[in-house]
Amino acid sequence: MELAVRCQNLQKRYGDVVAVDGLSFEVRRGECYGLLGPNGAGKTTTIEILEGLLSPDGGDVDVLGCRWQTDERQLRQRLGVQLQESQFTDKLTVEETLRLFRSFYDRGKTIDQLLGLVELESKRRSWVVKLSGGQRQRLSVACALAGDPDLLFLDEPTTGLDPQSRRQLWAVLARFREAGGTVLLTTHYMDEAEALCDRVAIVDHGKLIAEDTPKGLVASLGAPRVVVHQGTLEDVFMSLTGRHLREE
Amino acid sequence: MSIESPPTHAPLVELTLARLREFVREPEALFWTFLFPIVMSVAMAIAFPASSGQTVRVGVAPGPESAALRQALASTPDVVVKEIPTDEQPRALRNGDVHLIVVAGNPPAYRFDPMREESRLARLVVDGALKTAAGRAEPWKATEELVEIPGSRYVDWLIPAIISLGIMNNSLWSIGFMTVQARLRKLLKRLAASPMRRRDFLMAPILARLAFLGPEVAVPLLFGAIAFGMPIHGGILSIAVVAIAGALMFGAIGMLMGSRVRTFEAISGLMNLASVPMWVLCGVFFSASNFPDAVQPIIQLLPLTALVDAMRAVVLEGSTIGGVWHELAIMASWTFLPFALALKIFRWR
Repeated sequence: MELAVRCQNLQKRYGDVVAVDGLSFEVRRGECYGLLGPNGAGKTTTIEILEGLLSPDGGDVDVLGCRWQTDERQLRQRLGVQLQESQFTDKLTVEETLRLFRSFYDRGKTIDQLLGLVELESKRRSWVVKLSGGQRQRLSVACALAGDPDLLFLDEPTTGLDPQSRRQLWAVLARFREAGGTVLLTTHYMDEAEALCDRVAIVDHGKLIAEDTPKGLVASLGAPRVVVHQGTLEDVFMSLTGRHLREE
Repeated sequence: MSIESPPTHAPLVELTLARLREFVREPEALFWTFLFPIVMSVAMAIAFPASSGQTVRVGVAPGPESAALRQALASTPDVVVKEIPTDEQPRALRNGDVHLIVVAGNPPAYRFDPMREESRLARLVVDGALKTAAGRAEPWKATEELVEIPGSRYVDWLIPAIISLGIMNNSLWSIGFMTVQARLRKLLKRLAASPMRRRDFLMAPILARLAFLGPEVAVPLLFGAIAFGMPIHGGILSIAVVAIAGALMFGAIGMLMGSRVRTFEAISGLMNLASVPMWVLCGVFFSASNFPDAVQPIIQLLPLTALVDAMRAVVLEGSTIGGVWHELAIMASWTFLPFALALKIFRWR
């Protein structure tokens, strides 16, 4: 089977803190793979290593059959990256921002196609600063899609968004998947993982503690819990670690 | 409604356009870019009125014993006498209210700070006036040829330097701040994750600076020509080449300053550290030859010295580009080395 990402025994530490502790997983072409875990679990560090923004202290990373050390230029043309906290320039319009990002790619969609894909046609002349949180996030995804990538990285794409904005963003991702794209995303929302992901890895303290389809993970909880209510990934995380995914 | 999008330009063009748009949509940035040279020019107009003889301000204690002194000095041209009580004299001297204190006596005493140019001048004028009043015979009287031709006055010398200073400030601050802001907003990290060529990103703001260089140089130049009758001997081409070389140079230096730092406080500190000494050292307001010979080689290699010297040469002396090749070579070095270093050490996170 063709792999989009292969990551073996990944290690990363910041001083005394071990952020990623021997993580191994594989993402298949065409699937949506989720890294689920609480804040500080090492999700962002992992995805940034895969994006070639951080170098690992140990382990082996293979993205679309390429290596960061040798194929960076070629690889960047084929990836779409959305980062957690990046903000675009306030006083550029949506169209200008897209045009800027589109210019970096040798091939890709037209500006109109991108605007249609993320449903921002009506905002094409609006400054970024005037956009809502959900619209900004969709613009960010549109910029990541500008080069028609084979693989899309999303780091907590819907954190802080209202339910309607989240669903709009999920619809954008669904369209990308229909066209055959592969997605690797991190999230700490179990409903997001359940709605979007074909397979989920549950990560805690830089280690992979479970990996399966969302349904398989919930089923692994066993009968008693499912009788009381429909089990969720939150329950899976609790039963594995004894803690909640998000501290309320 | 479907609007056809024009085709996308090359990355360097898009990055430069983005920077220009950001700049013109930031009213404050525009304001400072054009206000600085105008404010400086107006300040100069007030400080150096077109026709003025410098007056010498002399302090004399009140009272009958100084009456003769006051009378002798009052009739001297270009001397203004102020009556200042003895206990207030040190303060008046320090603040520059008077340049010299004359204490009555036989002979009189002069009290002044020899480090102050205008005080030494006052001493010479007063000494001559008092000795003449005391009956000194003049051995001869020289004929005076007053040089007040436009082009050789202080104000003419100052304006090209003020223009150079403006080029330095605008390049350093706009590029340094923009870079730090993009880093704080994690935009740099987002761009680094794209296939954008990093060299393009560093070049774009430097190129964008050139768009506003025309008015930035022309406004104070025309102001000088109209308000002071400053002659502009150089051709537009030579002036443009020097201005562009200066803007590129300080753009590259600004990029180097902004290449690592993560806070506005740090970038402000670095900018001041780099630029304030040059305000003093590089012969902007007074000739750099006031500094000891030992430091001259260093002063001559400073970026602002090269720009100021070249700008004065093309504006005031009508130098051609070939006449300022030495300065242009220094500026080119200060462009390529900082740019290459910035590209190498630039922090994208």
